[in-house]
Amino acid sequence: MWPRFEQVTSRDVLERLERLDLPFNQFGMDPYGVSKHHLGIFMTMLEVFYKHYFRVRSFGLEHIPKTGPGMLVSNHSGGIPADGGMIIASLFFSLDPPRAVHGMVEKFAQEWPFISQWFNRVGQLPGLPEHAIRLLRDGRLLMVFPEGARGLGKLYKDRYHLSHFGTGFMRIALQTGTPVIPLAFIGGEEAMPTVFHAERLARLVGAPYWPVPPYLLPFPLPLGCEIHYGKPMHFEGTGDEPDDIVEGYVEQVKSVINLLVARGRAIHQQRRAGADLDDKSDKSDRSDKSVKSEPATKS
Amino acid sequence: MKILITGINGSHARMVALRLLAQGHEILGIDRRPWPDAPPNIHVFQTDVRKRPAADVFRLHRPDVVIHMATITHYSARAEERLRINLHGTRLVLDHCHEYGVKQVVFVGRHTIYGAAPDAPLYRTEDEPPLAVTTFPELADLVAADLYAGSALWRWPELKTAVLRLVYILGPARRGTLANFLEGKRAPMILGFDPLYHFMHDEDAVEAIIRTVDHQLTGVFNVAGPPPVPLSVLTRGTGRQAIPIPEPLFRYTVGRFGLPFLPPGAAMHIKHPIVVDNTAFRNATGFEYQYDAHEIMRGFRDG
Repeated sequence: MWPRFEQVTSRDVLERLERLDLPFNQFGMDPYGVSKHHLGIFMTMLEVFYKHYFRVRSFGLEHIPKTGPGMLVSNHSGGIPADGGMIIASLFFSLDPPRAVHGMVEKFAQEWPFISQWFNRVGQLPGLPEHAIRLLRDGRLLMVFPEGARGLGKLYKDRYHLSHFGTGFMRIALQTGTPVIPLAFIGGEEAMPTVFHAERLARLVGAPYWPVPPYLLPFPLPLGCEIHYGKPMHFEGTGDEPDDIVEGYVEQVKSVINLLVARGRAIHQQRRAGADLDDKSDKSDRSDKSVKSEPATKS
Repeated sequence: MKILITGINGSHARMVALRLLAQGHEILGIDRRPWPDAPPNIHVFQTDVRKRPAADVFRLHRPDVVIHMATITHYSARAEERLRINLHGTRLVLDHCHEYGVKQVVFVGRHTIYGAAPDAPLYRTEDEPPLAVTTFPELADLVAADLYAGSALWRWPELKTAVLRLVYILGPARRGTLANFLEGKRAPMILGFDPLYHFMHDEDAVEAIIRTVDHQLTGVFNVAGPPPVPLSVLTRGTGRQAIPIPEPLFRYTVGRFGLPFLPPGAAMHIKHPIVVDNTAFRNATGFEYQYDAHEIMRGFRDG
């Protein structure tokens, strides 16, 4: 038989699952199909990557609202959406109490067996405006990558250069009155340097691109990563404003993310320079350290 | 009030009839099938809703309220028959309602008309389009009937029309689409997919229909019970063995190996969820479900 849930889920995950802000019913399910069981296994897997593989450090976690809705807006990188996974892990392992965050998955993934099932069971729903609005009205945290697949598939030579931001996320934030929390994910570009897109292979599996790094296998390297959360940004409006106004708001968010990226890359350089020493010293009290660290932006 | 129920011999229609009778209403029924042990004060006319004697029931007895429950699914009839009963039957019943001064009509429809699709939102509100017309062609007649019933809202504003879209009904009555699906010991799943299933208890469904009458609802409403559960939980909870089938093999396995017979379109409904938002109905009627998913599944298993 399959191993028992408790045997495959780490103790830290089990303890944090109990404090998670999701209304699980007697089947361990929430109304969106998030399953406590699946979330436990998923988080145990992410834990390995978050704590040991990418050795992620989170800054500015005090900017995440303790309750109620929030829209996390991030740069996107790394060929495969490892950044999304690490943001989810960051709010689960480094935030107290932990919070669940819903990502908006590319629609093509819904037709993939097993993968789509897992995405749905851990709260990563297809990227539809209806889902975003409903989740935010329900007081959930939402994670969006306005660059979409454009950002994910960007080549190493374009690293940390933000590609075009859509305006859909801002209209939804305005419509639902949700604060926008800009963030920068640093290290993803180096961990998974895409030098080439295998177009035929992408077409074969129905994906928008297939990233190829210099070492061919599309899997990220174990390099250190950081997440920098910025101050929540509040925008007033209804979501029905003309494009130029909404684009103005989007530019504000984009410029803050650019600042966070610039600042984050400087810290990243320092960390890489003294990588070994640094990592050993803060392994034990990672979460404390990240919460106490200074705010990531000043505006 | 004088209430006419079409398709009164369906097990849920009977439950509605008995509840309304107990409330002191006068109950009439139309059905092709006989109801031999019907209570003496329920008058059942054994005829087809599309036939002349059915029109006579409207003309001679002048019901105040009509509850239209004479619709069928692919489990009980072939395509032409379904189209005749579901679409043409609904059309005639609504025409009679208009012509013979019925004050209120309730069309009891299904949530499956929304159709399952990979790019559809998880929670469907009443304004979502009915995708089933393409994703599950065998439901096209029910989609048409639902939309046709809804058209009464603008064609005859004086007729209070309610179109209900009920999630699957499950429970000790063991009747309905989902009950048919789970009839055997084995139930098929598509390998690698485990969609959410939305269902409600027999009693809750009956209660919802009665509240629609009591509140004289006008409009289109989704009706649901407890939050949805994955198909794997549903099969386990009802004591069925889930058989995961790779999608390309699905069409060759239905109706064989102890699996239920399903039309090809059903694969989509086993692969992707159909879940509805029933906020509008709850706000309009104060309806709250009494049976949770566990009780429903146990009720079906032991029923």
